[in-house]
Amino acid sequence: MPSSDVPSSEPTNHVLEFPGGYTRSVGPVIGRFLSELRDGRLKGVRTRTGRVLFPPVEYDPDTGDDVTDEFVDVGPVGTVTSWSWVPNPRKTHPLDRPFAWALIRPDGADTALLHALDLGVFELGAKPPRRLKTGMRVRPRWRAERVGGIGDIECFQPEVTMINAPSRLEYRLQGGRALDRFLEGVEQGKILGHRCDVCGQVIVPMKGLCPKDGVPTSEEVELPDTGTVTTFAVNNLPDPRAPEVPFVSAYILLDGAGLTMLALVAGIPADQVRMGMRVRAAWRPREEWTRSMANIRWFEPTGEPDVPFDEIKDHI
Amino acid sequence: MRPVAVVAFAQTRHTGEDAGLSETELLAPVITEIKRRTGVTRFGFTCSGSNDYLVGAPFSFVSALDAVGAWPPISESHVEMDAAWALYEAWVKLQHGEVDTALVYGFGKTSQAAYPEVFTQSLDPYYLAPLGVDQVSLAALQARAYLEHTRTDERRLREIAAKARADGRANPSALHLDDPGDDDGYEVAPLRPHDVAPVTDGAAAIVLAAGDKARELAERPAWITGIDHRGEPHQPGFRDLTSSPSTRLAAAKAGGADGVEVAELHTQFSHEELILRDALDLGDGVAVNPSGGPLAANPVMATGLIRIGEAAARISGGTAGRVLAHATSGPCLQQNLVCVMSGEQSDG
Repeated sequence: MPSSDVPSSEPTNHVLEFPGGYTRSVGPVIGRFLSELRDGRLKGVRTRTGRVLFPPVEYDPDTGDDVTDEFVDVGPVGTVTSWSWVPNPRKTHPLDRPFAWALIRPDGADTALLHALDLGVFELGAKPPRRLKTGMRVRPRWRAERVGGIGDIECFQPEVTMINAPSRLEYRLQGGRALDRFLEGVEQGKILGHRCDVCGQVIVPMKGLCPKDGVPTSEEVELPDTGTVTTFAVNNLPDPRAPEVPFVSAYILLDGAGLTMLALVAGIPADQVRMGMRVRAAWRPREEWTRSMANIRWFEPTGEPDVPFDEIKDHI
Repeated sequence: MRPVAVVAFAQTRHTGEDAGLSETELLAPVITEIKRRTGVTRFGFTCSGSNDYLVGAPFSFVSALDAVGAWPPISESHVEMDAAWALYEAWVKLQHGEVDTALVYGFGKTSQAAYPEVFTQSLDPYYLAPLGVDQVSLAALQARAYLEHTRTDERRLREIAAKARADGRANPSALHLDDPGDDDGYEVAPLRPHDVAPVTDGAAAIVLAAGDKARELAERPAWITGIDHRGEPHQPGFRDLTSSPSTRLAAAKAGGADGVEVAELHTQFSHEELILRDALDLGDGVAVNPSGGPLAANPVMATGLIRIGEAAARISGGTAGRVLAHATSGPCLQQNLVCVMSGEQSDG
């Protein structure tokens, strides 16, 4: 969205610029502040009434009196007292991605400093992030090379409230005999299960045991790759197996099976997936098959009428 | 106090884009018109308000005198502020009693540069200007502070902008802007594009006259019963941005808003109307910015003067007996001027 004040797309034909910048004396109060700032310290100045002005100025705005010569350490942590959010920075702004302007009152000061507040990487036009709030605690981000100007603080940034801890372990896993046999079938495009001698239900993927009766199972049954969604979830956090969000993970009762299996559902908008929906496995091309469930990319709707709830209610 | 009144007001049909006129060319027809209407061609005092940074040329205000006619030499002054402050200077000059008439004018073309960035050059050069903070970003800080403090919904801002634009469409001098969109994004949150006064080119002039001269020049002079301006600290972090104590004080010094029927307020941002209504204790019965106000036309440096002119026009037109005009300068309503006018002369 363009700024509403951009008057014309025509190129500029006049520039007003003081060559080399305008030289200004800073005086003893602002000069002390800027010198301390260059050393990486935040200093306020005390008024005769005891208030601490930050950034320091020569006169107490309430009384017009000279300030005292007492400079006080403040911050570095401070509290945001108001903010505005710039979704589309101007070229004159200190950051080239969306950021906030904030009034920041450092601990120990009675007044606030205006500065930029960086909340991380956002696309142009982004709305204000929810964590940006009045009352937020922030700290300066110092420039490595400081010259004695308000820009020695590159910007402020939020206090650390979270970390991102790396987490990784490596394994050599064995799926076990029953799962090995199941994956052997999948490698050939077949879905295998075991029928329980006691209850007669088909367990897929088989485990070599009936979880209901607690007895070993061994009778192999091949099941079709069609089934019914019993229940499902819409996921909004991307997963390595489903990088596009939202995606749907569902429990699918394969035709002839007594237990559901967990799989992805695709080929239909997430908000149109239903309990009772009929689905069929979408296999990868045969030449890509390996000994892995990844051979089935996901399940897709068959277009058949939905199964009534009563027929699946015992499998939820 | 010497009785002084607004006896004539003229303004351009403001444009939202560059019409190819220089600032002097914008101004000249307004000066010609106000001379014709008053029948006065030489004024006791002339004072203007403008901003050289708008065209980026030092002393550019001097060439605007070509539109006035300055030979033989005239008594003349200029403020690098909104022309409402030029009017204040002219009012003081008339109080001296040496002259009976004053011409006041202001002009501004914001179509030639990004005004919010031009505004940055007027900020404190140690702490604010080096950050590159612009006018809209500063105003948005005040809007946030006010909305949070008073728990006002952002939608209230849209209502103010919608009313300003509707009133502006009924004002031949103002821009004719569409109703605010429902899903406009943020310009600088919490302000959306319709909450920000539009780019405008334009000019305005007022003639002040004292005592009998005022009665001679106008059928219904708008007598200035009180005028005052007050300031607050420049650093926005030194102030309570949720209120405008300088407006409240200026209004008190100018005689207060009691009995005011119309208030023209220098609101370059929607939320400023809410802050100023609070500071001026304006009730629901007061018509605020019936002209559309700055949200419908903002020829900066003339905008505040136009508030005085529009308010005075209600008196000269016979539709109001007592009116209030407000003008502002600096970041986040830093400095505020209040001018109360009446159809009845008083000692002010």
